[in-house]
Amino acid sequence: MTTSPTLNFDTDWSYAPAPETAAVDIADHYGLFIDGHFVDAKSGATFDTINPATEKELATVAEAADADVDAAVNAARSAYEKTWSKLPAADRGKYLFRIARLLQERAREFAVIESMDGGKPIRESRDVDVPLAAAHFFYYAGWADKLGYAFPGKDTPRPLGVCGQVIPWNFPLLMAAWKLAPALACGNTVVLKPAETTPLTALKLAELIRDAELPAGVVNILPGAGATGSAIVNHPGVDKVAFTGSTAVGKAIARSLASTDKKFTLELGGKAANLVFADAAIDQAVEGIVNGIFFNQGHVCCAGSRLLVEESIHDELIAKLQDRMQTLIVGDPLDKNTDIGAINSKPQLEKIEHYLKLGSDEGAEKWQPDSSLPDQGYFCKPTLFLHCAQSSSVVRDEIFGPVLAVQTFRTFDEAMTKANNTPYGLSGGVWTDKGAKVFKATAKVRAGVVWANTFNKFDPSSPFGGYKESGVGREGGLHGLKEYCALN
Amino acid sequence: MTALTMPDLPPSPSIDQVGVHERVARLASRSIKKDAKVHALKLALSMIDLTTLTGADTPGKVKQLCTKAKQLADPGLPGCDDLPHVGAVCVYPTMVPVAKRELEGTGIHLAAVATGFPTGQYPLPVRLEDTRRAVEAGADEIDMVISRGRFLAGDVAYVYDEIAQTKAACGPAHLKVILETGELSTYDNVRRASDLAMHAGADFIKTSTGTVSPAATPEVTLVMLQAIADFHRATGKVIGMKPAGGIKTAKQAIQYLVMVRETLGQHWLHPDRFRFGASSLANDVLMQIAKQASGSYQSGDYFSLD
Repeated sequence: MTTSPTLNFDTDWSYAPAPETAAVDIADHYGLFIDGHFVDAKSGATFDTINPATEKELATVAEAADADVDAAVNAARSAYEKTWSKLPAADRGKYLFRIARLLQERAREFAVIESMDGGKPIRESRDVDVPLAAAHFFYYAGWADKLGYAFPGKDTPRPLGVCGQVIPWNFPLLMAAWKLAPALACGNTVVLKPAETTPLTALKLAELIRDAELPAGVVNILPGAGATGSAIVNHPGVDKVAFTGSTAVGKAIARSLASTDKKFTLELGGKAANLVFADAAIDQAVEGIVNGIFFNQGHVCCAGSRLLVEESIHDELIAKLQDRMQTLIVGDPLDKNTDIGAINSKPQLEKIEHYLKLGSDEGAEKWQPDSSLPDQGYFCKPTLFLHCAQSSSVVRDEIFGPVLAVQTFRTFDEAMTKANNTPYGLSGGVWTDKGAKVFKATAKVRAGVVWANTFNKFDPSSPFGGYKESGVGREGGLHGLKEYCALN
Repeated sequence: MTALTMPDLPPSPSIDQVGVHERVARLASRSIKKDAKVHALKLALSMIDLTTLTGADTPGKVKQLCTKAKQLADPGLPGCDDLPHVGAVCVYPTMVPVAKRELEGTGIHLAAVATGFPTGQYPLPVRLEDTRRAVEAGADEIDMVISRGRFLAGDVAYVYDEIAQTKAACGPAHLKVILETGELSTYDNVRRASDLAMHAGADFIKTSTGTVSPAATPEVTLVMLQAIADFHRATGKVIGMKPAGGIKTAKQAIQYLVMVRETLGQHWLHPDRFRFGASSLANDVLMQIAKQASGSYQSGDYFSLD
């Protein structure tokens, strides 16, 4: 059994609201960004995007269908053939540097809109999402005129053509940057679909790209839901598909592309194991566990959603983790002190709540801190499931919420077996004070990214992607560049 | 003098430097505004050990410091009509009698540095006598220094014993154990020394003498606060914390209090459990209190410099 926390974090000194007050400009309506212009959908269809923290509408957004996808792909094809692939590589780099700098200049505005539309805490959108998005543009801007040196022994890479890109709602701007920057650096043009719950920062990025005077048609942004994504993926004019999202949709895309010669990369789900050995620096491991699972409300494909802790330190570690969780502030995403913001959408909240019930029904012990939740909006307390079995649903399934399944192990081999006993393989974490154990364990965890004594660290130069059902291909770094060019 | 025998102490956990710095950075990003800020500022005032520790100290200087301790600011200044008094006045042993006369009946504690402060490079009997005399003269808190040389040489049993014997020499006075973290070189050492001091009988653990750079840093303070939390979980005992040296601004003080709040919680947000060793912090806190009350900064000349 775990010991109950003995420290009292219900203090008589509570933090006053500290809202981020930057003014932002959100229009009532946004169109599709096709061929350098904002236009309404040919069908006239629109959908609302709401603020998940208030459940209030932020804007109506045009919803692209087949005819709009057709127009966008045509615009992208024409831009590819007439301008972008013909441009001197250094000039492509110049445009990308310009986008990166404009993003930095307007960082505050993008951070606030990202938090309003998606629910993530402003601390994260301000300190992680927006700076990393800019960093990706800077990084790939540098490669644009050096492609001939990127892959020694090969001729200068050629672009692929028109890229169809579909991105998720958990890191809307950052995923757009991950997709756009390498594609454009290599000389491709793009049709990109943001997620239906979080289209705003991609549309603000479209405005920024227009302000950067990118040639019309090089980047086209088409908001919409699954049908729009399917139309982009299956359009015959698309040469390369890049998708980030659920494993179920990824499998459907792989099936539909199997009989085509389109290149594709898929970045899918995960159920990462965070392995804490008894010799780990325990307070820092607790912090890493918190960052691993509660970052962005757990809406992270590489979240450390399984905690595997060596049996001898289980009780001590859990007591510390529970104390730490008592201090997590769940609430208004725009408050600078908020640690955990709003769940992205009502359906996602319902999915998480389904798992909260299922985990308990299956016999795991649920624990939540005493913190209160706002009355309005979609919120979920950070949650532990203790004493989980390897067959528990909360251990098997990707929940995509602030829910951590805790298990123990006795031996190194048992830890590796449990860590790898999942269809996923996107990321993992190893916590130990022994250098040799770091190398031994990270080599055995079958995942695309394995962090040692840290978690959720990203850098544009570092490749990211999955083993097994977590995906195909890599994004970031040279590996990510390679996915957007033809080599011989 | 019989040396005590150090019992088998539980091993100290290792400390990851990168992780400590990241945690501190995250805690420092807390934004403390309005009522919460005023609450924190007044709490910080009540936790200050108003300190003068120079060879040039005179009874007159100490008397002035004690007057400041009793009345931090002109009550006519904005927001300054209802201020707490500081936690303690901290002086050298020779200044204890004069400070005792000034502080009698005020509720302000009288701390004396002892045990051959600041280096501790004296024979142990001399250091213990130093302690006894300071207590006899009226100090109710003793700030001792550990033998860093012995600690770094691996002779932790010696350090355990000197702390335990100093504690015995303190009698009723509270013992603050100065680790001089600026000389311990690693967070692992800071953690080990913290555990050693708490097991040996410290009532408070304290970062620094103020004569070595770096003095208190948020990072060593976090490591020590986590050691206090672990000691509490293991033994139920409540040990206090005193960062000292280099804390000059209200903003820094609030960041330290945020660390205390989120590492140890309610019980430690009290001058009996947390102190700032500082000489120039009080005025910056007072200026911030006046700013919160009036909306504008007052001239520094409105605040006395003692």
